[in-house]
Amino acid sequence: MANIGKQTIKFKKNISILETASIVGPKEGDGPLKNYFDIVLEDIMAGENTWEKAESIIVRKSLELATKKAKLAMTDIDYIIAGDLLNQNTGSTFGIRDLHRPFIGIFSACSAMGLSMGLGATFLESNFAKNVLASSSSHFCAAEKQFRFPLELGSQRPPTSTTTVTGCGVALLSNDNSDLPKIKAITTGKIVDMGITDPFNMGAAMAPAALDTIITHFNDLNIEPDYYDLIITGDLGHIGSEIILTLSKKEGYLLKNYKDCGILIYDKDTQDTHSGGSGCACAGTTFAGYLYKKMIEKEIKKLLFVPTGALLSPLSVLQKESIPGIAHAVAIEI
Amino acid sequence: MTQMSKKEYEHMVKIFSPNSPVLTNCIKAFFVGGCICVFGELISKYLIYLGISEDVKSLLTVIILIFCGVCLTGFNIYSKFGRFAGAGSMIPITGFANAIASSAIEFKKEGYIIGIGTKLFSLAGPVLAYGVFSSFVVGIIYYISKII
Amino acid sequence: MIKAFVVGGLICTIGQILIDKTRLTPAKILVIFVIIGCILSALGLYEPLVNFAGAGATVPITGFGHSLVKGVINEIDREGFIGIFTGGVKATAAGISASIVFSILVSFIANSKDK
Repeated sequence: MANIGKQTIKFKKNISILETASIVGPKEGDGPLKNYFDIVLEDIMAGENTWEKAESIIVRKSLELATKKAKLAMTDIDYIIAGDLLNQNTGSTFGIRDLHRPFIGIFSACSAMGLSMGLGATFLESNFAKNVLASSSSHFCAAEKQFRFPLELGSQRPPTSTTTVTGCGVALLSNDNSDLPKIKAITTGKIVDMGITDPFNMGAAMAPAALDTIITHFNDLNIEPDYYDLIITGDLGHIGSEIILTLSKKEGYLLKNYKDCGILIYDKDTQDTHSGGSGCACAGTTFAGYLYKKMIEKEIKKLLFVPTGALLSPLSVLQKESIPGIAHAVAIEI
Repeated sequence: MTQMSKKEYEHMVKIFSPNSPVLTNCIKAFFVGGCICVFGELISKYLIYLGISEDVKSLLTVIILIFCGVCLTGFNIYSKFGRFAGAGSMIPITGFANAIASSAIEFKKEGYIIGIGTKLFSLAGPVLAYGVFSSFVVGIIYYISKII
Repeated sequence: MIKAFVVGGLICTIGQILIDKTRLTPAKILVIFVIIGCILSALGLYEPLVNFAGAGATVPITGFGHSLVKGVINEIDREGFIGIFTGGVKATAAGISASIVFSILVSFIANSKDK
């Protein structure tokens, strides 16, 4: 392992993504990526009686599915690293409590997938683990209830708002020498706050953080944007994406190969999702479902995966704090 | 990243953030809000037709409208309605009923006392609080002006 | 009938412009409307609107503010000082009670669903 530049770690070992698993809700199952997910739930409640329990059962099933797909037993897993949006990370913890594995709960808002994969990779690099499950989850209804309004309230959402993705994405990281996608480097983001206060425009709040992490990553590794086949952010949405493209031009970078998970996961014209998808599961399921499969098929060989997070709370919004943004970059190659 | 001031960034975000379609939203709000009021007018006309006194009539109209708002909320219809109509379904008294009923339904998982009981007014509470407070202020002024 | 439609529609349209232009939350919009209703009523401007438009003026939440103020003023005239405290809620008791009672009842049977 080597620290490179300001914020980047370059891995020396083979840190493979052995398997992924993705479970999504009905709305994501209607979207453009529907054929890439492992399981599409017909019922957003997932057979449970609260939104929160629904999210937890989705987390548990996704973790079990990834382990099963890799032909491993849960006892082979050394650590589970997971994050979500619910208070005190209960979405993850209540899903994991019956799995009896060492658990590291993380909070990095919607950038959880980047942080969990990065942490998992460092555990593997340092030989403290053989198999690590990295996961992130969110649930539309649970997030609405906690951050916005009761679901039955008849309110309109402004066009800048995003739609929280329901689901869970899991990546099973392992020391493996076979021909699988490998995590080559990570750049852990720092908080960037450009003073955006509108909680219905989180793409704008996160875009500067995403660009900061991406540029730091290029500088630290001394590479150009076209080194990657695809640079994909987590949930900037349509508005955040336009902003990051404009900002990057100002900084002298041309991100030709840029996309955003929040744009890919929904069809803007038919699904009434406004600026796109958001939430921990947006980057998580898009990676575990779509991106991983595209890498296995070698359509994407070099990927810079940059989940983005808006580190706000309902309280901080009421107290008129601005929204701190963060983004973690994970460089994956096959 | 090179430095860009928060002001500059705010300006840039404004350019990229689409505005709500105010005109179409207003037309929808006007139409739906107008219809709800006409519905209220119809109820009150019908109550008069039934021979109910003026005072009771207006109170009953409010009760019936609230009943409709709560029921539509319970049947998961009012939220879709509100997504279309915006203020058109929020400003009428049925919207007030929707705010209370939606909170009650959403938080019943946290129990009948703490969940429903405390969250019932999580959205509509301010309306009651400041409505009563404003009427108190008006009352004080009116009372003093009366004595003088 | 047409008067009710137009006046009620216009009041809602003002609310819509506020939502779209200021990004105020629903709770704030409702509070602003109630207070406006109270002020207009206190200035004696709301009663003529009610006489003109009927339900078009009483059904929007501004009508709730009007009822509160009207109740307070009538009660002060009848009962004196104590009316400041009793009049408003008395006049709006039907609406408040109905919304509490119906909401509790509906929450026993209904569940919230995905939008």
